[in-house]
Amino acid sequence: MSDVTLQIDGKQVAAPAGATVLDAASAAGIVIPTLCHHERLAPFGGCRLCVVELESRGQHRLVASCAHPVEPDLVVRTRSDKIDRIRKSLVELLLAHAPDSTRLKELAREYGADRDRFEPAEGFCVHCGLCVRYCAEIKKLHAVGFIDRGIRKEISFLPEIASRECAGCKECFPLCPTSYLQAAYVLVEALAFPPPPSTR
Amino acid sequence: MSRVEQRLTSRDALEQAIRTAASRRDPKKRTISTCGGTGCLACEATDVITAFRDELEKQGLTAEVEFRSTGCHGFCEKGPIVVVDPEETCYLQVTPKDVPEIVSQTIRAGKVIDRLLYVDPLTGAKSVRESDIPFYKNQKRIVFGPNRKIDPQRIEDYLAIGGYRALAKALFDLSPDEIVAEVKASKLRGRGGAGFPTGVKWEFTQKAPGDTKYLVVNCDEGDPGAYMDRSLMEGNPHSVIEGVLIGAVAVGSHEGYVYVRQEYPLAVKNLGIAIEQAEELGLLGKDILGSGFEFHLKVHRGAGAFVCGEETALLMSLEGRPGEPRPRPPYPAVRGLWGKPTNINNVETWANVPLIINEGSAAFASIGTETSKGTKIFSLVGKIANTGLVEVPMGIPLRDVIFKIGGGIPGGRKFKAMQTGGPSGGCLPEALLDLPVGFDELTKVGSMMGSGGMIVMDDATCMVDVARYFVDFLTEESCGKCVPCREGLRQMHRILTRITQGKGRQDDLAALEQLSETAVEASLCALGKTAPNPFLSTLRYFRDEYEAHINEKRCPALSCKALISYYIDPARCRACMICLKKCPTQAIDGGKKRIHVIDQAKCTNCGTCLEVCPAKFDAVRKLSGVPVPPPPPDDQRTIAGKANEP
Repeated sequence: MSDVTLQIDGKQVAAPAGATVLDAASAAGIVIPTLCHHERLAPFGGCRLCVVELESRGQHRLVASCAHPVEPDLVVRTRSDKIDRIRKSLVELLLAHAPDSTRLKELAREYGADRDRFEPAEGFCVHCGLCVRYCAEIKKLHAVGFIDRGIRKEISFLPEIASRECAGCKECFPLCPTSYLQAAYVLVEALAFPPPPSTR
Repeated sequence: MSRVEQRLTSRDALEQAIRTAASRRDPKKRTISTCGGTGCLACEATDVITAFRDELEKQGLTAEVEFRSTGCHGFCEKGPIVVVDPEETCYLQVTPKDVPEIVSQTIRAGKVIDRLLYVDPLTGAKSVRESDIPFYKNQKRIVFGPNRKIDPQRIEDYLAIGGYRALAKALFDLSPDEIVAEVKASKLRGRGGAGFPTGVKWEFTQKAPGDTKYLVVNCDEGDPGAYMDRSLMEGNPHSVIEGVLIGAVAVGSHEGYVYVRQEYPLAVKNLGIAIEQAEELGLLGKDILGSGFEFHLKVHRGAGAFVCGEETALLMSLEGRPGEPRPRPPYPAVRGLWGKPTNINNVETWANVPLIINEGSAAFASIGTETSKGTKIFSLVGKIANTGLVEVPMGIPLRDVIFKIGGGIPGGRKFKAMQTGGPSGGCLPEALLDLPVGFDELTKVGSMMGSGGMIVMDDATCMVDVARYFVDFLTEESCGKCVPCREGLRQMHRILTRITQGKGRQDDLAALEQLSETAVEASLCALGKTAPNPFLSTLRYFRDEYEAHINEKRCPALSCKALISYYIDPARCRACMICLKKCPTQAIDGGKKRIHVIDQAKCTNCGTCLEVCPAKFDAVRKLSGVPVPPPPPDDQRTIAGKANEP
């Protein structure tokens, strides 16, 4: 595929057509923070930390760089007061769920986010969906999924599948930014398929 | 009531069918049209319809009188509505008991029954004809008007008013490019919310590479209090089907879906009947009107998620997946349903299409403002005298909609604000009432056209609480996929709730503004991007109310329960004992001839005392932000003379 030339933070960058702005930036060594992104998974666009400012045909707008395809002559800015302000808010909203997450603490340092800005929110899952999507897209097992909807959505292991597949895999564990996934797994294991007493 | 039964295999056959259907409708023949829309059905219109059928039978009039159960007429406040033609005599709030009288007096003797007519509450003047009622007189009902003339379950009725003629024109007179050009020239913009130019959208789908293309009708109307799409689908489904067919010819699609809410059983039913009848007549399916063109339309019932009104979420749901929006681009016009180019339009948008093709884009574009053309149907609800569906030309001032058509604010109260555009629209104050209705005009002042909700609020409404209410709705309806919407709205809702409970903090407004910016700028879909509007617009126009709540712990509208106290004015209390007996928590102390006093520690602010206090005494007050005066000393609590008399 032919290359598309665009400008990121003042730098001319070439990227193959069909690449995302995030891909193009990464290839050029420009770092954009992400949380729900995984290079082997389809773009999700849930955490919005990777927002960048686009200038195209005289209009400015924010888009999630992980899901936005490159276009010729696009002008992209990856940092600005507004972008930083929004990333700070997003991190603060997530810290209300998982104040001790290492990844979130790193981001908080970078963007000056205050872990107590908002009242604590229930549950330390941040709904990045990495576990669910990894299990579905890469492993094609669907052992972990979302249940319920909207603000009550949670991740949950399906005991029938998890009892069969998870013990030997656990590839999703290191993906979780908060370790809530491990907790969810331990819970379903204890309830539905506890290991025999001798191995505990 | 004969049916057109033969399959129409050519344009001539359609013209013949239209002529036959129209000729069976003698304009001089007595015709009774009873509204069978959902609003009237909720007021027992079914019984009225049955009563008419029985009475006409009983009086042997079934042959001379045409009886029709139609879709919504719009004036829901006064339903059930009955119109007798050719005189257009309009009777309101008709009950089954009135039916024999209508048949013997109006139908047989040609007399008007005075007590069933519309009475202007201000002048006392009565209107006989439906079109003379101020509610209707100031409207322009080009899309919604035909509802009254047709039984939605009979395709002949639609044919009788020239139905499917625009389709024939699209099939035989115009090329696909010409259709797209016509719709573009009409400057029709999407009626579902975003206001994107319809013709441009069609062109994207038309030009998108691929042989299989889909069309979708978005009838997932989720705004609280909005029911214009519902009433169009229930009352005139063929106008939507015809619009879709024209779109199909234009973009080269052979399959379409109507995504309609499961909660709209009558719309689902009438749409199903309409599709079946159109198929029987060869207006849907293979070789439509002998043109060789093929198009199939299927119904998909939605499960009631607000976010599925967003086009990408709707497509996900249609594919059987969770209704969550996905990033655009790629736009559905390029990659939509099952990955194929897909054009989605709202019900009302589709229903405008036959009109444009029949009358021409110039006639359509002659109505409205520079950037908003045609008419728009609004559902006018809330604190308004004439609740109902109104269709007005774009550009009409909001003031005319509220006062000329809506009849103003009931109960002698004052107008305070109007929310346009559904839950994520903005609340506009009195000072903006001269604003002309239009997509860009409304966006400019911090609100939006949305799909056409109009909620009117009076001066007893607390604007902080309104913002809290709508943010609550949107939080519940967030799909949960992206952080600014899911987490941001959750926190906004908490803060707004706190403010209405008198626990607001000095930095709360800054936090709300920060969360609003995040949601507006960074959300994945339009639900999140517009969700802060109720807060932002109330802050913009009613900031003093936020400040009163936060700084003085006072609710200026005397509405927020946690911030008000009930108090009995000792100078007005006549010790009638009514409130004392009705108080559910026995918080009122008093007795015969002994002035009543509310024990604030026991009072739960339920408001019963205020409701039951006789108007002639008017002794109960709501207080906010001021201390409750101490009760009068014991020796001054006895009322001399007879109790109960002022």
